[in-house]
Amino acid sequence: MRVVVDYDLCESNALCMAAAPEVFEVRDDDFLYVLQDEPPEAQRAAVEEAVRRCPKQAITIEG
Amino acid sequence: MGLDRIVIVGASLAGFRAAEELRTRGHAGTITVVGDEAHRPYDRPPLSKQVLTGVKPPESTALHVASGSVDDLGLDWRLGESATGLDLAHRTVLLGGGERLGYDGLVIATGASPRRLPGTDHLDGVHTLRSLDDSIAIRSALAAGPRRVAVVGAGFIGAEVAASTRSLGIDVSLIEALPVPLERGLGPQMGAVVADLHRDHGVDVHLGVGVVLIDGSDRVERIRLTDGSVLDVDLVVVGIGVSPNTEWLEGSGLTLDNGVVCDATCLAAPGVVAAGDVARWPNERFGEVMRVEHWDNAIEMGGHAARTLLGQAEAYAPVPWFWSDQYDRKIQLAGRAAADDIVEVVSGSVEERRFVAFYGRAGRIVGVLGMSQPAKVMRWRSLVEDGASWDDALATAAETAA
Repeated sequence: MRVVVDYDLCESNALCMAAAPEVFEVRDDDFLYVLQDEPPEAQRAAVEEAVRRCPKQAITIEG
Repeated sequence: MGLDRIVIVGASLAGFRAAEELRTRGHAGTITVVGDEAHRPYDRPPLSKQVLTGVKPPESTALHVASGSVDDLGLDWRLGESATGLDLAHRTVLLGGGERLGYDGLVIATGASPRRLPGTDHLDGVHTLRSLDDSIAIRSALAAGPRRVAVVGAGFIGAEVAASTRSLGIDVSLIEALPVPLERGLGPQMGAVVADLHRDHGVDVHLGVGVVLIDGSDRVERIRLTDGSVLDVDLVVVGIGVSPNTEWLEGSGLTLDNGVVCDATCLAAPGVVAAGDVARWPNERFGEVMRVEHWDNAIEMGGHAARTLLGQAEAYAPVPWFWSDQYDRKIQLAGRAAADDIVEVVSGSVEERRFVAFYGRAGRIVGVLGMSQPAKVMRWRSLVEDGASWDDALATAAETAA
């Protein structure tokens, strides 16, 4: 599984961080940092929740 | 589990997320999705922002699924059809075209409809905004270059439409019957900050006044307010709230009271759940019966109701969350604000329109509001989730700031 963020869409709403904190972090500079581009399968449900909760539909999962 | 046929009435966010959750949880039977619009599920927040300003093409609002494509869900669509009745005893939904859909499980997600100003139906140039087609119509009207637009109602829709219209360089008058914008969402103190945000951007703000008359020969020409002022306008957008779409359920035996009344697990009757703007339920976390019209609630409640239908019933007790983009500012609130809450700015500066404020009630923190501070809102949201005391919440904020 590969996590892809469209940074042209991302507005740092930080919902992804709430859903999958091991994969997404919005820091105090209010930019999103993807902590793991290829998270383990155990993270799939959390990453899928992050995809659904993103108000900008900016996150996609490949594979 | 005796759930071969599931019918979802409502093809917007809550219904769509319910469908996705049913498939994610392994429901292999048929899922029929009934929607009264011709469009497949789409995302509404851009309708008052990027679609209105022409930055985003309407088709880009189509909702995606987390993995794969919407077609992978294998949904049986009934688009452009409305449900007109429900027969609980025979577990059947009636459609306007005469079709009868039998179900083993039913998800009610029919959303809400904008209230209209009475006496304006004969006038061109008076709009409400809820659907994609509404947004496209207003976009066209804005593209025609109106001299002044009146926005009636300064809730989320009105405030965002005012901001989007100003960003196109068009003059805007924003009219609100309450003393401040977003009063129901943010309370009086922070609503006043939003009023200033609009004034910063040159909006002609009228607060605490109502509309007496919207007037014109065949098109809107002027709007008369309760304080005696008369504004010459050639376009009006009305955003005075919504009413839950429950007409089709009248006489069905479901309890209707400002929405479909559910139990704490989103169950409205055996085999029937409700989610999103149409649903009212006791949120045990807040000890309050709520109907929440936020985007995030449609997602979470849609998924939750689907799980309840599958027999995995748990109490639905979220901390509500919303955001609203106005100009270059992002307003976010996690929790619930009430008019008499204590409000304290804990980070940043109101004057710079970049800050975080906490809302407190009965010794606890009940809300975190941010203006363009998303990371902090999300971090401190857990204080509301954990039911932190007001003093502990303030101490946590002070610690982070230090």
